[in-house]
Order: sequence, then structure tokens, then C-alpha cells
Amino acid sequence: MAADASMAPPMTPAPGSGRASTLQRLARRRSSIAVLMTTPLLVVLLGLVAYPAGYGIYLSTLNRRMTGFMEAEWLPNGLGNFEILFESETFWAVALQSCIFAITAVILKALIGFWLAHMLNDIPAKGQRKWRGMLLIPWVIPPALSTLGWWWMFDPSYSSINWLFQVVGIAEVPWLGEKWWARLSIIIVNVWYGAPFFMIMYLAALKSVPEQLYEAAAIDGASSWQRLRYVTLPMMANIISITVLFSLIVTFSNYDIVRVLTNGGPRDLTHVFASYAFQVGILSGNIPRGAAVSLFMFPILAICAFFVLRGVTRRNKEQM
Amino acid sequence: MSATPTSRRDLPGIYSKAGSLRAERRWALIWAYISLIISAAILLMPPVYMLITSFKTSREIADQNGNPWIVRDPTLGNYWALIADPMFQGFFFNSVIITLVVVVLTMVISILAAFALSRMRFWGSQVLATGVFLTYLVPDTLLFIPLYQIVGGLGLLNSIWGLILVYPTLTVPFCTWIMIGYFASIPKELDEAALIDGATWPQMLMKIFIPVALPGIIAATIFAFTVSWAAFVYPTAFITTPDQMPLTIGVVSQLVRGDTFAWGQIMAGALLAALPPVIVYAFLMDYYIAGLTAGATKG
Repeated sequence: MAADASMAPPMTPAPGSGRASTLQRLARRRSSIAVLMTTPLLVVLLGLVAYPAGYGIYLSTLNRRMTGFMEAEWLPNGLGNFEILFESETFWAVALQSCIFAITAVILKALIGFWLAHMLNDIPAKGQRKWRGMLLIPWVIPPALSTLGWWWMFDPSYSSINWLFQVVGIAEVPWLGEKWWARLSIIIVNVWYGAPFFMIMYLAALKSVPEQLYEAAAIDGASSWQRLRYVTLPMMANIISITVLFSLIVTFSNYDIVRVLTNGGPRDLTHVFASYAFQVGILSGNIPRGAAVSLFMFPILAICAFFVLRGVTRRNKEQM
Repeated sequence: MSATPTSRRDLPGIYSKAGSLRAERRWALIWAYISLIISAAILLMPPVYMLITSFKTSREIADQNGNPWIVRDPTLGNYWALIADPMFQGFFFNSVIITLVVVVLTMVISILAAFALSRMRFWGSQVLATGVFLTYLVPDTLLFIPLYQIVGGLGLLNSIWGLILVYPTLTVPFCTWIMIGYFASIPKELDEAALIDGATWPQMLMKIFIPVALPGIIAATIFAFTVSWAAFVYPTAFITTPDQMPLTIGVVSQLVRGDTFAWGQIMAGALLAALPPVIVYAFLMDYYIAGLTAGATKG
């Protein structure tokens, strides 16, 4: 960070001794003011994030009535909820669907976003603002509300997409009625919502690639593919990985789209961890088991978070 | 760069290459416009179709013959019905109150903390800055069940105050994070000059940091606004009575009722609810985008 760099030049000692003592007093007071200023932040971080996270782990070990630990057969006592989940077919279907959904959606978002950013970067700078503004609209509308629109477009008897398909002579699609189509529909909505975000991130990164590198490559006779492969991609590698990992976290823990579009149906086959945890914990009232379900998101999120953090620190070092 | 090995191939033909480059550029331009038009059509299809549906009468929507993409006799009836509906007004009012309080709280908390973290190095400040970023990566769907218990224990379920209590978990970490980035980019000389002139820390924050980092503050405020306006998981979990619902869950749960869906009204409601963030975006697009990209590039 810039702050570290500017710490280096040694401060010349202030001439008057009175001045120095004021500075000293300020420095002494500084830490107490700083603690005071960060207290509200600490309250939020500890009271509303760290404590609930720990409390969630504790909750997941309780029995349904929350009167004691959930007994288990082959796992240590208190892990009974996890045992039941491991033995439940629905849970494995949920885990599988969460992974299919998150991985497919993130890959598609990353590819489409990259392509859109490139196309935007190719047109004259004058028009870019207008196009960018238009293409980001899906990201601006609250997803729960735009998914309502998709739900209506996927409606079994009034689907306007099927109407368009019919015009071009494609067979009708049972969007939300059949397992794989329903899964695909959820992915489509998520990609529609998230691809513009990738576009914006990549566009910002593309703009930061120095023009001279492309000029040098062009003089060396590099084809457009070679320019992409040897200039653009290495320069953007870090921002691409940060965006992908970040999006993986957000997509993996997605709730609104599934809730509005399918609510888990048909036959619980489109549930992801978040919507299943909601179903079990809040709607069916089994809070400990719901807490256990949502804890399954933690390992993959932790792995992603670790790499995001590493990427961000590396990026900061580069910028210094 | 690594592209050099392929360079030596046709040095003599460099002039003809220049002509082909121009042609290549023109084709790239045409190709770019074609793909942008197609993607814009696809990306804007849902909101446009929502708009089309919201102008239709229920009778026209129920009619399965003909093109669903055109409006035969447009009406504003769906909008008027909603605007006059006290329940919908209530949703709107709740959303406004929640968002206002959360945005103010968030900005106060994160500006104070970011100032301390970026300028006053103290024991643990580096750890805390990393902690801020880590909590930004913790999704709401991981915390909503324990928070449901906690909010329930405080007796704040079914109350907008319960939402006001938990929404800062969505907004504070990111806003603090980008404010740290903006504050860190302010030259140290400025605060040294202020210190020498005898400014106190609060004066420094009010007179130097806030005015200089104003673009960052606007970006963070926009972020806090859009996030609390669009929040969905917490209100869905904590609120079941319509009179305490904010817009998102209100539109999703209360307008979608019964066997005959009033699609025109649902779409009108969704669009009205989406209007404030869209308006903010339309007028402050550059700040909005700066806030988005700052998350990964600053810090």
C-alpha cells in the first residue's frame, strides 16, 4: 500500500521542543482514538459475523428441540445431524446440484464476460460508455425481482421464450418442469445476472494493459490470437482469478434465484445448499439440521477465500 | 514479451501487413458491433418483457393466441393499482426506512474504521484489515440460521429493526475495505501539513479525508444502498407478516398468491421495486462502476 512506502522517509525532528511534545502527545493519544474509531466495526465483525458463525457450529450439534446434543451412531456424539445428512439421498443430490450449478455458471460467466469485455474494448471509446451502461443493467436490478421476470418467461403455458422458439421452429422446452431443464434454467438466470459483472471487471483490467505492449506485439507480427494469449491473458491473470474465485463464493452460496425460480422443485432436485438449509432450518423448523446443511458450504468457501486473499495481496504488491 | 519468437518471419512483407491490419481492424469492429447487439438483445430481454407484461390487462395476458411480445391495448392499470395499494406502499416505506438507516450506519462505521485502519497504525490493525476482507467473503446464506436464532432471542423477528440490525453484515465489510483503499491513496503530506497546523484527528478526518475521498464515499454509499435495497435472504427468513416486509420479499411473496397469478401486477411491482437502484445507477454510473471494480483492485 502507498501508506507503507511513504512511512520510509525519516521525519526530520521538529525544531521547537514544544512542538515535539505536542506531536508526542498526539501519538500517545492516537492509539486510543483509533481503538475508539474501530469499535463499531469490531462490534459488527465480532457480534454479527464471528459470533453467529461460531454459534452456527454449536447449533448444528444440537437435537431438533435444542435440548441437548444430537446423538449419533457411528460419528462422535453431537454430530448426529451430519450423520443423518450423510445418509440422506436428498442431501447428496443437493451437494451435487450445488457443485454443478456453481461450477457451470461461473465458467460460463467468466467466458461470456471475457468475450463481452473484449468486444467492448474493440469499439471506439466514445460509444463504450453507452454500451457498457446498457449491458450492466442485469446486474443492477435486484436478482430476486429480475428472477420473477424470468419465471414468467419460463411459465409452462405462457412462455414467451417458447413462443420465440416456435417462430424459428425449435421444439417447446419444459423449462422448469423437468430436472435437467430446470437446472439449466437456474444456470441461465445466474449467468444472465452475473456475466455483466465479469465484463466490468475484465474491461477495467483490459484498460490497464499498457498500449505499448500491443504495439510491440503488432510490430513483431503477432496475430490477434497471439496477442490475446501472450499479452492480454498474462497481464489479466490475477484479476481473472480473483473475480472467478469471488464469483465462485457468491454463486455457490446463491439463494434468491433458486427460491424464486423453482423453490427447489421439481422433487427437490434443484435445491442448492442455501435453499435446502432454508427449507430444512426455517420452513420445516429443524434449526440445528439447517445449520448443519449451511455449514457444508464452509470448506469450499474457505478454500476460495484463501486464494482470493492471496491474489489480492499479490496484486497490491505489484501495484506498489 | 513472449511473442517475440514469431516475429522474424516476414520482415520484408511488413508494408502489405499494414494494409491487412487495417482490414483486420475493420472486421474486428464489425464483429464487435454484431456481438454487442446480440448480447444486448439477450441481456435486456427479461426487463423489456417485464415492462411489456406490466402494460397488459389480465385478459390480454391470459389470451394464449398471438405474439406475447407486443401490447395490443396498453394500460397503466397495474401500476395505478399498486401505487394505490396500502400494502405495497407499506413495502416501499419499509424498504426506504431500512435502507436509509443501514446506509447511514454503514457509512459512519466504515469511514471511522477505515480512517483509523489506513492512517493510525496500532496493534492489530493489519490483522483487522485482513479480517474485514475475510468477513466480506462470508456469505449471508452461511449466517442466516444462527442469526435467525439471535434475532429471535432479541425479540426482533418480524420487525424491520431486526433487519436493520443484521444488514450491516452485508454492507460494512465491503465499504470499509474500499474506504481503506481510498484513504490509503491520499498522500501522507496532506495529513502531515494538517498536523503541523495543529489539526486534531477528528478535524483531519472531516476537513481533509472526507472531502478528498468523496468519490470513494459516494461509491461506497451506492454499494450500501443497492445491497440493502436488494437484500433477500434475511427478510425472507426473518419476516413473515406483510406489514413489516421490505419490497423484495413483499413483491415475491405477497403479489404471488393464489391460483390465478396477476402477472401484470407482479411485473409492475417488480419493476417499481427495481426502479430506485436503476435510477441511482443511471445518474451515478461512473461511481457505481468505480465501486464495483474497487473491490478487487484497491486495498
